[in-house]
Amino acid sequence: MYAVFVIFLPFIMAALLPAAHRLLGDRLIGWYVMAVPLILFAGLVRLIPRIADGEVVAVSYAWIPDAGIDLAVRVDGLGMIFALLITGVGTLVALYSIYYLSPRESLGHFYVYLLLFMGAMLGVVFSDNLMLLYTFWELTSISSFLLIAFWYHRKGSRYGAQKAMLITVMGGVSMLAGFLMLYFMTGTFSISEIIGMRDTLAGESLFVPAMFLILLGAFTKSVQFPFHIWLPDAMEAPTPVSAYLHSATMVKAGIYLVALFTPLFGGLDAWFWSLSIAGIVTLLWGAFNAMKQNDLKALLAYSTISQLGLIMSLLGFGSAALSADAAGNPTVYAAAGFAALFYLLNHSTFKGLLFMVIGIVDHEIGTRDIRRLGGLMSFMPVTFTFAVIGSFSMAGLPPFNGFLSKEMFFGAAVDIASGQPFAGGAEVIFPVIGWLASVFTFVYCTIIVYRTFLGPVQPEKIDRAPHEAPKGMLVAPGILAALVILIFFFPNVVGKYVIGPAMQVMFPALSQEANLVPKIEAWHGFNLPLLMTFGVIALGLLLFITFRHWKRIYRVAPFRWTMDSIYRWLLQTGEAGSTILTDLYMTGRSRDYFVFIYLFFLVAAGGMFFLTGAYEPDFSTGPVGIFEISFVIIMAFAAIAMLFVRSRITATLLNGVLGYSVAIFFVFFRAPDLALTQTVIETVTTVLFLLCFHFLPEWKPEDSPLRTKVVNGMIAIGAGTLVTAFGLTVQGYDVYESISSYFEDSYKLAGGSNIVNAILGDFRAFDTMLEVVVLFIAGIGVYTLIALKPKKGGDDIEGK
Amino acid sequence: MKENDVILRTVTRVVVFIILTFGVELFLSGHHNPGGGFVGGLVLSSALVLLYVVFDIETVHQGVPFDFRKIAAFGAMVSLLSGTGAAVLGKPFLTQGFGYFDLPIFGLTELATVTIFEAGVALTVIGTVVTIILSISKDV
Repeated sequence: MYAVFVIFLPFIMAALLPAAHRLLGDRLIGWYVMAVPLILFAGLVRLIPRIADGEVVAVSYAWIPDAGIDLAVRVDGLGMIFALLITGVGTLVALYSIYYLSPRESLGHFYVYLLLFMGAMLGVVFSDNLMLLYTFWELTSISSFLLIAFWYHRKGSRYGAQKAMLITVMGGVSMLAGFLMLYFMTGTFSISEIIGMRDTLAGESLFVPAMFLILLGAFTKSVQFPFHIWLPDAMEAPTPVSAYLHSATMVKAGIYLVALFTPLFGGLDAWFWSLSIAGIVTLLWGAFNAMKQNDLKALLAYSTISQLGLIMSLLGFGSAALSADAAGNPTVYAAAGFAALFYLLNHSTFKGLLFMVIGIVDHEIGTRDIRRLGGLMSFMPVTFTFAVIGSFSMAGLPPFNGFLSKEMFFGAAVDIASGQPFAGGAEVIFPVIGWLASVFTFVYCTIIVYRTFLGPVQPEKIDRAPHEAPKGMLVAPGILAALVILIFFFPNVVGKYVIGPAMQVMFPALSQEANLVPKIEAWHGFNLPLLMTFGVIALGLLLFITFRHWKRIYRVAPFRWTMDSIYRWLLQTGEAGSTILTDLYMTGRSRDYFVFIYLFFLVAAGGMFFLTGAYEPDFSTGPVGIFEISFVIIMAFAAIAMLFVRSRITATLLNGVLGYSVAIFFVFFRAPDLALTQTVIETVTTVLFLLCFHFLPEWKPEDSPLRTKVVNGMIAIGAGTLVTAFGLTVQGYDVYESISSYFEDSYKLAGGSNIVNAILGDFRAFDTMLEVVVLFIAGIGVYTLIALKPKKGGDDIEGK
Repeated sequence: MKENDVILRTVTRVVVFIILTFGVELFLSGHHNPGGGFVGGLVLSSALVLLYVVFDIETVHQGVPFDFRKIAAFGAMVSLLSGTGAAVLGKPFLTQGFGYFDLPIFGLTELATVTIFEAGVALTVIGTVVTIILSISKDV
C-alpha cells in the first residue's frame, strides 16, 4: 500500500498545486513542492532495513484485467536505489530551484511538471507490470518535453524539447514492441513472472529480437551513441531541471531498464556485446566531445553522456556473470554490476553538484561561457570549493567517491579483458578505451575548475560584478558535496544497505554467493587500476597544458560529421516529403474529397463485397403501399433536380426535401426515435446552411471537362448501387444469430421500455459518452477556427 | 435593410415556449417512450436557434445569459463523470442503476442514473449546436 502511495502522492500533489499556489503564493509554493520528495524519501529510508533483509514489498490491483494489465507495484532493492535518487535529489533540486527561479516565472507550471515527472519516474522504477512501466516511461518523456520547453519563447528550447521527445518516444515505442513480444512468448505482463521463465524463454525465436527492441528503448533514454544527440539540446531547460532529469534521474531510466532485465537477458552474448560496445563507444565519444565545449552546461551534458556510457558498459561486463562460461568464478564479473550501481549513485551526487555549481555561476555572473569566465575563485570561494569537490570526484581523484568507482571500473574492465568470458578476444579494447576516456574526463574536469575559477578575471566580458550566491542556494550543493566526501570514507555502508539488495535482484542466480557484494577499499595496494589512475593524472595534465596545440583535431573531417546533421536531414526530408504528399490530395475542393472517399469506398468495401461472394440479394419485400412509392418518386425527383438547379437556395431546399422524406420513411417503418431526431437535425442543418450562405462562393455551373464529369458520375452511380446492393444483401443475411433478443429485455435490465434509449444510455453508454465528447470537441473546433482566426493584416500566428 | 417580420416575431414568442416544453417532455419521456437526451437537447437548441434567427444576438443574450461553450463542456463533463460512480462501487465504468421509489406527490416513481447521463448528453448538444451557430453568425 505504501508503494502505491509513493507513486501517486506526487500526482495528487500536482493536482492540488494550483489551489495551493493561490493559497501560499509564489514564495511558499516551492516549499510545498519540496515537502513531497522529502516525505517520500524519509519513508523510503525507513524501508531500507527491510529491503536489505531481502524482503520485497509488492501489491497488485486489477486495472484492465481483460488485457492482463495490473497496477502491480513492487519495491525491491534495485527500484529502491533509483527511488532514493529520485526523492533525494528531487528534494535538493526543489530546494535549489526555490532560490534559482525568479517569482516572475510561471512557477505553477514548472512545479506541476516537476511533480508529474517525479511521480512518473517513481512509477517506472516500482512497476512490476510491463504496460504500467511503459505508461510511466512515456510520461517521463512527456514531462521532460514540457520542462525542456519551459522557456518556450526561445527557439532553442522548443527545438531541444522536440528533439528529446522524438528520439525518446521513438525508443519508447520500440520498447513497447519488445514488451509485446515478451507477452506473446509468456502470456503475462508481470515482470517478475517473465524473469522467472528465463530458462523456457531462451529457445524462443523472438527472444533476441525482443531484447534488441528493449535495448533500443534503454539506449535512447540513456543517451547511448548514436542517440546521445538529444541531451546537449535538452540543456535549454532551466538548470535545476538539467540537474534532476538530465543527469540524476530520467536519463538513468535506461540504466534501470537494463539492470531490471539483466536477470532475463544477462548471459546472452548479444546482450553482453551490445551493452559493452554501445557503452564504451558512448564513454569515449562523450568525453572526447566534452573537452571542446565552451558552454559549461554543454560540457556537463557531454560528460553525462560519457558517464552513462561507462555505467552501461559496466552493466554489460556484469552480465557476463550469468553466462555459462563464467561458471568458474561468476562473482568476479558480477563485481562490474556492483560497480555500475555504485558509479550510478556517485554520478548523481557529483554531477548534480556540478550542475548546481554551474547554475550558480550562470545565475550570479550571467554567462556560462568559459571564454568569458575566469578567476572567480576569490569572489565565490564556497562555490569554488564545491566545484573542486565535484570535478575531482568526477576525474576520479581521492578523497572523493568518484575515485572508488573509477578504480572499480578499471578493475572490472581489466577482469573482462583477462577473463574473456565470451572468448571473443576483442575484450582487450575495453580497458584501453576506458582508460583513454578517463584521461579525457580528467582534462575536461580540469577545464571546468581552471577556466571558470582560476586564471585571470575578465571583467570586461561579464555584465555583472561577480559575487557569492545567496546562502539558500548553497545548501543543496553543500549537502551533495558532503555526500561526495562521506561516501568515500564510508562506502561499505552504501554497499551493504543500498547496493547489496539490488545485486540480489540483478543476479538472482548468484544470491547464495558470499562475496556477491564486494568490500570497497580506498587503498588496495599497488595494482593495475591504481597505476591506471596515475597514468590518467599524468597524461591528463599533459593534455590539458597542451590543449591549445592539439585542439585542431576537432576540425578533422570524421569528428565534424555529427549525428546531429543526420537527425536534421531526416527531419527536414520527412517534413518536405509529407508536404509534397499532402499537397497532392489536399486540393481544398470538397468535390475532390468526395471523389476520394467514394472511390475508396467502392474499391475497398465493394471489392471485398463481391470478391468474397457476399452479394446475395434478397428481393422479397413486405407490403409496399402507395405512400412508400410516392415518397420514393419525390426523393428521386428531388435528387435528380438538384443536379440541374441554378441557385444555391433551391439546392438547399431540395436537400431538405430529401432529409424530411427520409424522416417520413422512418415513420413508415415505425422508428419514432429516428424520425424525431432526423426531423430536428434536418431543421437545424437547414438553418446552419442559411447562415453559411454569406461565406459560400457564388454558385457556378461546373466547368470541369466532360471526362471528369463522366468519371464523377460513374463514381456516384457506383456508390449508390453498392449501397443498394448492401441493403438487399443484408435483408436476407442470417449468418450470425441476431442479438436483438438481448435488448428486448431492456425493461428488466435497464428499467426502461424504450429499447433505443436503453441501448444508447445503458448497454452501449460508453459509445454514447465518447460521441458526446466528440461532439463537444467538434463544437470547440468550429469555434476556434472561426473566432480565433487571425484578422486580416494581423499577426501571422503560424510563422512565429 | 429593413424587414417586416412582425408576424414571425409574434408567432415566435408563443411557439418558442411550445418547442421548449416539447423539448423537456421529450427529454423526460425518453426512458419509456420516444425521446431522450440527444433529441431533447436538439429540440431545445432549435428553440434557441429560432430565437437567435428572429431576434438579434444581443437581445437574446439578455434573456439567456449563458456561455454556451461552458454549457457544452459542463455537459460532456457530466456524462463522463456520471460513469465514475459505478466504477467507485466496483461495477464496470458507466453501469447505470435504477430503482422504484414511493415519492410523496408522484407516487411510485422510477428513478434512474441514466437520467444524469442523458442530461449531460442534452447539455452538450445544446451547448455545441448553439456555439456553432453563434460563432458562424457572429463572423458575418
